[in-house]
Amino acid sequence: MTSVVELHDITKSFGGVSALKGVSFEVRAGEVHALLGENGAGKSTLIRIIAGSHIPDRGEIRVGGELVRFSSPRDARRRGIATVYQELLLFPDLSVAENIFLGNAPRTRLGAIDWTAIRAKARALLDDLESPDLDVDAKVGGLSVANRQRVEIAKALSQNPRVLIMDEPTASLAQADVERLMAVVRRLRERGVAVIYVSHRLQEIFELADRVTVLRDGSYIGTRAIGEVTESTLVSMMVGRSIDQLFPKSEAPRGRTLLEVRNLAYRRAFREVSFSVRQGEILGFAGLVGSGRTEVALTLFGITPATSGEIRVDGEPVTISSPRRARDLGIAYIPEDRGQQGLIRSQTIRENLSLAILDHLSRAYFVDLSKEAAHAREAIEHFGIRARGPEMTVRQLSGGNQQKVVLAKWLGAEPRILVMDEPTRGIDVGAKAEIHALMSRLAGQGLAIVMISSELPEVLGMSDRVLVMSRGRVVATFDRAEATPDAVGAAMTRASPEEGVA
Amino acid sequence: MDTALETGMVVRRTRRLGRFVDAYGQELVVTAALLVLMAVAGTVNRRFLSETNLTSLFSGNAYVAVAAIGMSMVIISGNIDVSVGSLIGVLATISGTLAVKGYPIWFAWLFPVLVGVVVDAFIGVLVAYARIPAIVVTLGFLSILKGGLISATQGAWIANLPPGFFIAQFRVLGVPSPVYFAAVLTILAALWMRYSALGRAIYAVGGNGDAARAVGIRTKPMVVFIFALNGFFAGIAAILFGTQLQVIQSTVPPNLELNVITASVIGGVSILGGTGTVVGSSLAAVLFAAISSSLIFLNVSAYWLRAVLGLMILATVLADMARRRRIG
Repeated sequence: MTSVVELHDITKSFGGVSALKGVSFEVRAGEVHALLGENGAGKSTLIRIIAGSHIPDRGEIRVGGELVRFSSPRDARRRGIATVYQELLLFPDLSVAENIFLGNAPRTRLGAIDWTAIRAKARALLDDLESPDLDVDAKVGGLSVANRQRVEIAKALSQNPRVLIMDEPTASLAQADVERLMAVVRRLRERGVAVIYVSHRLQEIFELADRVTVLRDGSYIGTRAIGEVTESTLVSMMVGRSIDQLFPKSEAPRGRTLLEVRNLAYRRAFREVSFSVRQGEILGFAGLVGSGRTEVALTLFGITPATSGEIRVDGEPVTISSPRRARDLGIAYIPEDRGQQGLIRSQTIRENLSLAILDHLSRAYFVDLSKEAAHAREAIEHFGIRARGPEMTVRQLSGGNQQKVVLAKWLGAEPRILVMDEPTRGIDVGAKAEIHALMSRLAGQGLAIVMISSELPEVLGMSDRVLVMSRGRVVATFDRAEATPDAVGAAMTRASPEEGVA
Repeated sequence: MDTALETGMVVRRTRRLGRFVDAYGQELVVTAALLVLMAVAGTVNRRFLSETNLTSLFSGNAYVAVAAIGMSMVIISGNIDVSVGSLIGVLATISGTLAVKGYPIWFAWLFPVLVGVVVDAFIGVLVAYARIPAIVVTLGFLSILKGGLISATQGAWIANLPPGFFIAQFRVLGVPSPVYFAAVLTILAALWMRYSALGRAIYAVGGNGDAARAVGIRTKPMVVFIFALNGFFAGIAAILFGTQLQVIQSTVPPNLELNVITASVIGGVSILGGTGTVVGSSLAAVLFAAISSSLIFLNVSAYWLRAVLGLMILATVLADMARRRRIG
């Protein structure tokens, strides 16, 4: 089999920081080649070089055996390389069909845009992606993440690419959509397209990939056929050491009930939600994206105060009308989107860490800088945040380390109840294991933890009890022992609570 | 001395220097530009460095620096105020009118400051609670204030002001009072923004409003408060502006809001919010006062001034973007 794209000895640095050091990579027609590595390993840089948006400092790129130099993404596209980026680059106010053909719309003989052809071709592409339900005239802004991604894939396929690069395509998809996506990828492979597939999820890579290339710290570690490797060899290739346990769950002694919720509702987002969490307990929320789990978290934290129902904290009925009130009640919230709600990316680690506890760090109105710096140094050490020091701005950190800053910030406020929404999304395996270990330790210290996760292994691995939501309601609750992948997975797609399930 | 130890100390010192440069890069650039400019202009024309010229340069533009303090806070919080020039014109006119009508001089100084606070707090309410973007609200106020002022006064000159009124002409130890106002207010504001919890919150609101709200900062009252502070600084600026000559023209000084915004941006305040310092913006106000003065001394047409300022804004923003890209 011949290589479609071949990279040889690629080196790239940004302002003195080297991102890739002599990396070689090749992908063949009709294979799915997974690209694996921790955040900051150089995966994004590598795919951006293949896609023509970065120009390598050194090294060769060959497409179909011919030496090429890309000076823009346009050059790469012309050579048959298409990319679906993680952050979807679509225009929300344009229709599905317009988005797919923007920039290379078919023309009529008179040079006008051929709308009939656009709509027909868009329809054909989407049908091909098993999305006959997606309306080509719908505005993209109103679509779900999964549908927007299909539009993005259709856009890439509209150019008949020889190589399709997919950057973490499943990062924000629910399980059912992940499966649909994988079916599409398999079909492309059968058609002879070379797929470069970047993902953190090892399970997917084993199901989908033919070969896997691992990068670490900008260096090439190796390429293996998928049959030759196991999960643990891949992990140790990625992190350079072996990780004992991805889900270090320990039994914590249960104390009194800290959070109790009865018939909680917020507008039409969710209703009749009841549950309780005790000290030392981790309650996992499973469900599809859009099932109302995040909305429950936002209500518990006072961002969208409950429209009906009762919340008790430590036995006392409370009204949580604002995040400030929630904070004062000892509730901390680690949001799903840390860039959006968790961090001030332009500020330093020190400033971010002290935001929630400025009152404690202040003396007579002014912030005590030495106390603040000491707090920051302590947190960096305690949470294993890999940084040059407290004065580093947060945007310079990797995803995993940013997440540790969010955690450290909230734990500095000494909460009793911790609500975590997708605590390890987009984080590499090493940091993931560290965050899981931290969760176990916190539960051991008597915190009550509510964890929302779309990764079933995480929910099952870390929770003492699993609560399943579907369409804005709680449809099932399982104890740790009863929570099998099959049972929880089946409950996730159930429409209404089943009789007899506690 | 132990060489290893010595190298260690040098490394530590340079690292600390590097951090200092990272944190105060723009302030250092502006200061350096100011010193170079004064050296060049002073070499070409001795009179540029004469006491008379320097005094008039600093004291005549101190009001821009004062207004830029408030503007910087507004921009750091992720907002903007394009109505500040009109507000300063209105407040200076109010002040002069009160003084001429025989109100006590302290009242003619104080009342406009209060009006500034109230007007800008109202702007803040519209921005925070009615959720109208600041640029829209303040564009509206620019027209309202400017139009209202011209209709009410026809741009008349206010003369016969009482002798004790001219606070900007007072001197202490030979230095004109506006210099003290600008320096003291800048230092106080800088300390407050760096060390107080409330000052920190301004950066947090501008850096990421959602995250700021999530840690319990009351972002809406915060925005109203920041605008009210901006009104306070506009009020002080108006008094300094209105009392520097013997007469006040009841009109809006042309391009004043642009000068104030330019000072903030050249001083290193990111137009996107979240970063910058008031020390930088005050230094930048001095810098471009010096530029405008030096152009005269170097016999360059005053029309070049705006072009030079425009180039400086672009250079600053490019440098800022380059720095961000480097940091990643």
